[in-house]
Amino acid sequence: MSAQLNYNIRNQELEIVLAGDFIHNKTPHADLLSAIHNVKNITFNAASLKSWDSSLVVILFELAKTAQSQDVKIDWSGLPANLQEMISLALTSSATPPTREVQKQDFFTTLGEDTLNNYHSLKQGLSFIRSAMNSFARLLGGKAIMRKIDFLFALEGCGYKAIGIVSVVSFMVGLILAYVGSIQLKNFGAQIYVASLVAIGMTRIMGAIMAGIVMAGRTGAAYAATIGTMQVNEEIDALKTMGLSPMDFLVLPRISALILAMPVLTLLSDIMGILGGAVVGIFTLGIPYESYWDYTWDALFLKNFWVGIFHGFVYGWIISICGGYYGINCGRNADSVGIATTKAVVSSIVWMIVITGVLTVILQEFHL
Amino acid sequence: MSTPNIKIAAKNLTVGYGDYILLKEADFEVRQGDIFFVMGSSGCGKSSLLRVLTGLLPPQAGQVLINGEDFAAATPENKQHIMRHCGILYQSGALFSSMTLGENVALPLQQYSDYTPEEIDELVELKLSYVGLGGFKDFYPSEISGGMKKRAGLARAMALDPDILYFDEPSAGLDPVSSKHLDDLIRQINHSLGTTIVIVSHELDSIYSIGTNSIFLDAASKSIIARGNPNELVKNPPNETVYNFLTRGGEKHGK
Ligand SMILES: Nc1ncnc2c1ncn2[C@@H]1O[C@H](COP(=O)(O)OP(=O)(O)O)[C@@H](O)[C@H]1O
Ligand SMILES: [Mg+2]
Repeated sequence: MSAQLNYNIRNQELEIVLAGDFIHNKTPHADLLSAIHNVKNITFNAASLKSWDSSLVVILFELAKTAQSQDVKIDWSGLPANLQEMISLALTSSATPPTREVQKQDFFTTLGEDTLNNYHSLKQGLSFIRSAMNSFARLLGGKAIMRKIDFLFALEGCGYKAIGIVSVVSFMVGLILAYVGSIQLKNFGAQIYVASLVAIGMTRIMGAIMAGIVMAGRTGAAYAATIGTMQVNEEIDALKTMGLSPMDFLVLPRISALILAMPVLTLLSDIMGILGGAVVGIFTLGIPYESYWDYTWDALFLKNFWVGIFHGFVYGWIISICGGYYGINCGRNADSVGIATTKAVVSSIVWMIVITGVLTVILQEFHL
Repeated sequence: MSTPNIKIAAKNLTVGYGDYILLKEADFEVRQGDIFFVMGSSGCGKSSLLRVLTGLLPPQAGQVLINGEDFAAATPENKQHIMRHCGILYQSGALFSSMTLGENVALPLQQYSDYTPEEIDELVELKLSYVGLGGFKDFYPSEISGGMKKRAGLARAMALDPDILYFDEPSAGLDPVSSKHLDDLIRQINHSLGTTIVIVSHELDSIYSIGTNSIFLDAASKSIIARGNPNELVKNPPNETVYNFLTRGGEKHGK
């Protein structure tokens, strides 16, 4: 039997008659709610009500709320006992939610606050870098507590496990560099200089940048996510209360591993890039094998090579510090790990480019 | 086919992960309207058993019958159909952190029912009011306390008017008052709606005050070593392990 909801009004008294099965019922009840405008009492007759679920309770709940606001009295006693219980459960006053303050701010307040916030986070960042440096100095002085196994794990993660992806990416970049260079150089019949272009480009900067970008996405993100999850799980609080420095314990092994691994990965990237360029030069541009290598070899200056490796080393610092910083300063819920990871990757790439710019100017000044 | 008032039946059920067996060839039944406790020491496989009962983990052997239907062997559509009649409250509440409480509760209704958005709104308000969170519809899980998260999780579990509600350690992490509140709520839902309730817990207060039936899992023998109404069980414990558990261990030696 389908659900039936009828009502009649007598002497300012509304009698609601419920019958049938109120299972997944979709009886409209807007007119019922408006019918109680001019009544004083509401009673129920549920003699032929068979079964019900939330779809009936919800109607009665809405009715009760409307009645409450209009000072109409409801006599629930005509309803089955268990239905009455559910309604009274729903009507038992809930905890009052705290009110949230919505503040309107003018432009200058916002600007001022933003500036202050930026200043504070800059200060926080600098003090993080300082304590990372201190921690590293303690390590060199043999005073930091760094578990060897943590260091080896980190080294494994950013060392040989990264070889594959760094190789592929650098090989492709070498290839692209050679192609793009050859388009212009061909016009002058100077394709042979593709060899020099690739050799100088890869060793001086591209090798380090490619290794850096891959490692920022791969390892920097992993650092932020791992340390951030520890923050969420209160592991970092536990470390602190045990008097262990999260910096020494968590960040230091990762920094040490990455600053060791990055120069090596840069070297790998240099080699793979040159190989990629050679594939294009020898097989596509038809430059003889011997002369390609001669030109490559002539273009390889030790100075460029060391500048590249040095960049790799600096990127190692940047990536691991960004990863550690955003991990340690991660918020405490599930979202925040994602946010920390994104920030770590984005900021390490941005800082890598910025620092490269600065280094380029400085190295120019010193004729390096 | 089992008798109609048996809601869940486990037959020859083996639970484990690979070679790691937690429960071997267990049989038990949960009757319609029971408040059924799964007890046992930490790590004996209570949560794993619950995962099997709710279809998250396939049993290694045996069957789970829900309303007489073999749940584990059901087709995916059938399985989903059965699942819609089950609500689960996870240990942490498991609310979706990117959604407000209202959206959390509305999600199953939007997915599985043909109510209009207005009707869903009213139902969400009702379910949240059941658990005492009437005004918290627009709050995010990160903005409320642990006890409230549990209650909001319960509101979500009740969204589709389930026949069976599963709870994994509902009182873990709650203060005694909140935990008593939750017990009262569970009892009232059970009493007024006739919902069958399965609770994994080792909270003795809850077990005695609301439990009507129970099983006791033992890690060493990988089997059920006691069953029945907990209040009877404590008077007549079949063995030392159960006695120690139900009397908090110390009492025998303390006195
Ligand atoms: N996904 C899994 N794979 C392998 N072993 C697991 C897995 N989940 C839990 N376990 C193991 O199963 C055992 C029982 O776990 P659990 O069911 O959570 O116990 P309880 O809830 O009774 O404390 C534990 O020893 C745990 O290590
Ligand atoms: Mg558990």
